Amino acid sequence: MPSPDSQQKNSGNSLIQSEGFYFRFRMFMDKFMRFGVAFGGISIIIAITLIFAYLLVVVFPIFHSAEIKQESSFSLSASSQPIAVTEQSKQDLSAEDQITEDPSRPKILHLAMEEQNEVGLRVTETGQLLFFDTRSGETKFTHVPNLPKGVSVTSFGNADPATTTIALGLSNGHALVYRHKYRVTFPNDKRLITPVIETPLGAEPILIDTQDEALTHIDVQSNDEGLTLVAGTADKRLLLVAFTKEESLLEETETFERIGIELPSPATPITHLLVDKDQRELYVASEGGYITFFDIQDKAEPKLLQHLTVTDSGSELTALNSLTGGISILVGTSDGQLAQWSLVRNENNQEQLVKYREFESHSAAIVKIIPEFNRKGFLTFDESGLFGIYHTTAENTILRRTLSSANIDNIALSPRANAMSVFTKNNQYSLWSIDNEHPEISWSSLWGKVWYESHEEPKYLWQSSSADNDFEPKFSLVPISFGTLKAAFYAMMIAVPLAIMGAIFTAQFMSPNMRKTVKPSIEIMEALPTVILGFLAGLWLAPFVEDNLVGIFLMLLAMPVGVLIAAYTWQRLPQKFRFMVPEGWEGALLIPAILLIGWVTLSLGPYLEMWWFDGDITQYGKHLGPWLDRNLYLVIAGLLFPWAFLLVTRSEKFGQQLNKIKSEFYQSALTLGVSIVVVVIIGALLSPIVESLLFDGDVAGYLKDSTIAFDQRNSIVVGLAMGFAVIPTIFSIAEDALFAVPKHLIQGSLALGATQWQTLTRVVILTASPGIFSAVMIGLGRAVGETMIVLMATGNTPVMDFSIFQGMRTLSANIAVEMPESEVDSTHYRVLFLAALVLFAFTFLFNTMAEIVRQRLRRKYSSL
Amino acid sequence: MKVQDWFKSGSPWIWLNAAAVSASLIMVFGLLALIMVRGLGFFWPADVQQMDYTDKQGQEIRLMGEVWGEEEAAFQTLIDNGYKLTGDAEFITRYTLKTGNRDVYGADFRLIIEPGIKNKSTPDDALVVVRREWGNFYGFLTSIKENGTELKLDQDALWSEFEQRKERALDLHDEIVEIQKSDIGEVNHGLESLRLLKKRYELDDDLTPENLAELDAKRKALDARYEVIQKRLNELNQDITRDSFIARTADGQEREIQFETVVKVYQPNQMSLPSKLGTYFANIWEFVSDEPREANTEGGVFPAIFGTVMMVILMAVLVTPLGVIAAVYLREYAKQGALTRTIRIAVNNLAGVPSIVYGVFGLGFFVYFLGGNIDRLFFSEGLPAPTFGTPGIMWSSLTLAILTLPVVIVATEEGLSRIPKSIREGSLALGATKFETLWRTIIPMSSPAIMTGLILAVARAAGEVAPLMLVGVVKLAPSLPLDGNAPFVHLDRKFMHLGFHIYDVGFQSPNVEAARPLVYATSLLLVLVIIALNIVAIQIRNRLREKYRALES
Repeated sequence: MPSPDSQQKNSGNSLIQSEGFYFRFRMFMDKFMRFGVAFGGISIIIAITLIFAYLLVVVFPIFHSAEIKQESSFSLSASSQPIAVTEQSKQDLSAEDQITEDPSRPKILHLAMEEQNEVGLRVTETGQLLFFDTRSGETKFTHVPNLPKGVSVTSFGNADPATTTIALGLSNGHALVYRHKYRVTFPNDKRLITPVIETPLGAEPILIDTQDEALTHIDVQSNDEGLTLVAGTADKRLLLVAFTKEESLLEETETFERIGIELPSPATPITHLLVDKDQRELYVASEGGYITFFDIQDKAEPKLLQHLTVTDSGSELTALNSLTGGISILVGTSDGQLAQWSLVRNENNQEQLVKYREFESHSAAIVKIIPEFNRKGFLTFDESGLFGIYHTTAENTILRRTLSSANIDNIALSPRANAMSVFTKNNQYSLWSIDNEHPEISWSSLWGKVWYESHEEPKYLWQSSSADNDFEPKFSLVPISFGTLKAAFYAMMIAVPLAIMGAIFTAQFMSPNMRKTVKPSIEIMEALPTVILGFLAGLWLAPFVEDNLVGIFLMLLAMPVGVLIAAYTWQRLPQKFRFMVPEGWEGALLIPAILLIGWVTLSLGPYLEMWWFDGDITQYGKHLGPWLDRNLYLVIAGLLFPWAFLLVTRSEKFGQQLNKIKSEFYQSALTLGVSIVVVVIIGALLSPIVESLLFDGDVAGYLKDSTIAFDQRNSIVVGLAMGFAVIPTIFSIAEDALFAVPKHLIQGSLALGATQWQTLTRVVILTASPGIFSAVMIGLGRAVGETMIVLMATGNTPVMDFSIFQGMRTLSANIAVEMPESEVDSTHYRVLFLAALVLFAFTFLFNTMAEIVRQRLRRKYSSL
Repeated sequence: MKVQDWFKSGSPWIWLNAAAVSASLIMVFGLLALIMVRGLGFFWPADVQQMDYTDKQGQEIRLMGEVWGEEEAAFQTLIDNGYKLTGDAEFITRYTLKTGNRDVYGADFRLIIEPGIKNKSTPDDALVVVRREWGNFYGFLTSIKENGTELKLDQDALWSEFEQRKERALDLHDEIVEIQKSDIGEVNHGLESLRLLKKRYELDDDLTPENLAELDAKRKALDARYEVIQKRLNELNQDITRDSFIARTADGQEREIQFETVVKVYQPNQMSLPSKLGTYFANIWEFVSDEPREANTEGGVFPAIFGTVMMVILMAVLVTPLGVIAAVYLREYAKQGALTRTIRIAVNNLAGVPSIVYGVFGLGFFVYFLGGNIDRLFFSEGLPAPTFGTPGIMWSSLTLAILTLPVVIVATEEGLSRIPKSIREGSLALGATKFETLWRTIIPMSSPAIMTGLILAVARAAGEVAPLMLVGVVKLAPSLPLDGNAPFVHLDRKFMHLGFHIYDVGFQSPNVEAARPLVYATSLLLVLVIIALNIVAIQIRNRLREKYRALES
């Protein structure tokens, strides 16, 4: 590089006389372009590094913890006329907090909100349903039930929040069932929400207890097929009443068929009742921390399945609710414990309640548990006023804080889980917004084993979406990261030996003329679109491998031996033939040999399969077992043979003995014979030990039922196809490094009497090893990030299985499959970005490492 | 030489290394040969075989079709599959016969085994009808119908009449397609822009009665034009359905086939070699110039070629200035130090980042963020239907431009660094400013290097599929991103791509078996383009090196 400063000065001086407009223009252009190019260049470089930053920005929110903020607040007086609390009067809140409970105010049984967070509902103990504006507190609509004289509301129950069904138990053994719905209209382009009350069983109270006892507890569930009501009475009976919808086609009216039945009541007084969303299970909580679990699928014949304690001894169950989906229940206790219990099938195929997990405990009794409508999270608060948001799948405490100095009386969660209504003991109502977009992600839900609902045990699972709304998304990155590494591993198993050995030969032994064509040919492989490799792997190679499994394994085993035999035969040919091929063309010579070996082994494959495995290798155990039982010693001998052969050929003593024999042929035959005899003897000695160690002493019995779970698009196919894609990358870089080893080092070594092979292993490879290392790293980076091949050549099932006969799903294929369908800014979308970020970071790291090693090597060569 | 000495000399290991090279070469050329043979074989009008075949149930049927493949199946496997076989052969030859006639048999293919085949023949008058629906028809021509009544013709006249009527139907079909595509397309485009204009007026509070009247007038004109076109179209549709012919399948079933569904007809068994060759090249031409049929599994790949080329051209236009400016800055203006070295390593490494990551970035940043904002600012009349806030060809080229940027930067830098110092100094000594030296001397001299970088970038971009799946490629685009409706270039449109075509047809199509040869042909096309580009790049690079070696010495 010329130094720009001095040159600038020179050129300026020599032209100083011609200072005119044109000269100034030129100088200006020069300066302008200097800044222009610098600005452009720097911005381009910043822009491409921004990729990383952008991925981070998208991923970040999933690790962002939740926030809540108070939006409005007002006081509900006895006259139910709200007193709005303005911003200015907020300071006075503390004073107001001191007000003790207003005895005249009717107790609130239930709070609810609609989707837009504009209208709230409170149900009072007089049975009134009051709809109010959540920001101003203004009452919009009041429904007063038509109760007979002297009858009061004695209990309350609500169904799955999405159905908005509630039930009021009355003191005369009757019950009222309501649904609160909201009609949205747009008069004058403004949204207007009108609350509507539906009475699915009629406006009049319906009879639950034929003995007219007061209902002390009640719970309800409803869906399109009907309603189920469960009630506990004052005289400690437990009643189940089901209404099944019967549609008459002729009259187009709905009638209900009523089934009423009495259930065995638990020994201790009932505290909570809970029916699951699908009206199949009933949980009855009773004093002493007991839960009695009934199967009520058949309403006429409920079955008691389980009776168990869910609390620590000495504590009571104080809150019970079901998690959305109705598979799990959430239990809160008087000592502040929170736990999720769920149904798992035991070995008798019977559903049983099992404790899934505990959450961070509170220090006071849990008052209420409020599940989210669509996600597996819930809200809770305790007697000391501590409020908490938790998520079950992520096993995560999302938020914990006190909301006000007064204790919380009731909380309602918005259907979209983005707001809540809080009602405190001092008659204060407040609306809070909740910012909790991605509760389902935590370190443990991404990378740990998670016990998902309806699974027998904690697992690593990736299952991001399903048609069902109550679906519990499974975002474990472990199976797909595992798949990525597995695919890369098999690809490297194929690519590394072929590419590096190929590079060694090409760089060191190949004649320059041949090298000139070989290197570009292999490098062109790199440019082949991977979609073509993937297509061939999936549609041509996969069926081919399936049909020729035995042949392919045979080929892999026989190829090195066959090549050595071919080479030795060539060496033994008369010189006349040998000199026909110049040095450095061995590679070309081997092409027909390799083709021949390949063809022979592949066509032998089916016959071998027929002979050994009765034509089906996937059922290998049946046939291999007895055979191995008889021939175990031969197998061991075969495995040991190469080592024994090496040992014998290398043994000095044996060599001396051997040299006494004149004939070369006898020498070779003797070497071979001795090795065989040695290994057979060793094999015979070892076989009983191996049999007892590996096969429990009975080979045939051990292997009898062994089969291969064979997936057509499996790791062999991926390994071969992706190995093929990675070979040129590794080959090209490794060959450059090997070729650049200074010639004087090699010549020096050869001149000192080292053989070519010694020079290669002790000088060339050692010197170039950093380059080879960086080649492997870059190859690995490519294998990890490759998308189309794995997308097409594997079944894309996210299984965690080491088997070479099974497929996998990789990070990259996962992105390609799921990204187009994922909703923008959803948790799924961000998790896919996280997968991309992991890939990016991984490959960037490996490539940087390789690049630094390579640059250092280049400097080393230049100093040698 | 003794075995022992031979091993001691280490030469067996060298031979093994040689074997690795040979194996790699065999893999490369084997793969290319495989694609070549299968891809080119697809176009050959193979003979149609007729045979009597005894099937699994022992029923004898007469089959006709093209033999598509044969394999050796294990005797036992066939018995297990329900074939009744006798004898002691271990393996039996099994053929895949393309019998076509999906409307008759329900499937295009049939597996038949050697022992069941009798009376093989290649009847001269066997007919292959390539249809727009239901795949190929194999059979014999029986008679021709006009408006439902059979024409009385003798055998010779039958064929010439057939040819004539086929040509007529093809001409009519071409005209219908032309009208549907250009005329109706134009009217629809006009109506859509009127709708958007109206919405625009509404949004700007500018919907004055004059504007409204103008819009109405325009719409009326378009509607009137549409009426005329529709009438003509109806006439043509009436015309084209006039003729049909009756054909008999090998097993004697008769089918009436409308001439309007016929793409082409040939009688391969009586074709001479030259005429077969003619058909062969005609088939190749049809493949590269025609629209796809039957969910891409038949017909040509023209829209995919067009989409690929246009996307790559756009990408090249974007990537060249960016890459060259960045390289010039790095090599000529930036201070050479640890920072530039780091940047260089980082840029180099970006080339190794998986392409899918660029796709994710493109989708999130370009499509949803940039595109979404562009829509809000300039195309608010179209919302909620997105204009640029959805994957399209512009975002695809931009994403690939970023993906290939490192390639161009590295190649350009290498070219700049190869320019001898003396040339630079000479120019400066003559009084040129630094920029003038760059602009007049260095960049022209390094243009072959820039070209190399660009060609390599284009080769890489043409073969990339994974990122495109996220940012703009579709299996079937209704219209090309370039057409006769203003503004002619539609950068917001989705497009078809050769690589994605391979993935889609090979893995997502309902009839993979039938579509496979087409995928081989598409692969061959793509491989040829990419290898050609790479060879050109290598040649340019070599020539460049020679040129400057001379200058340097």
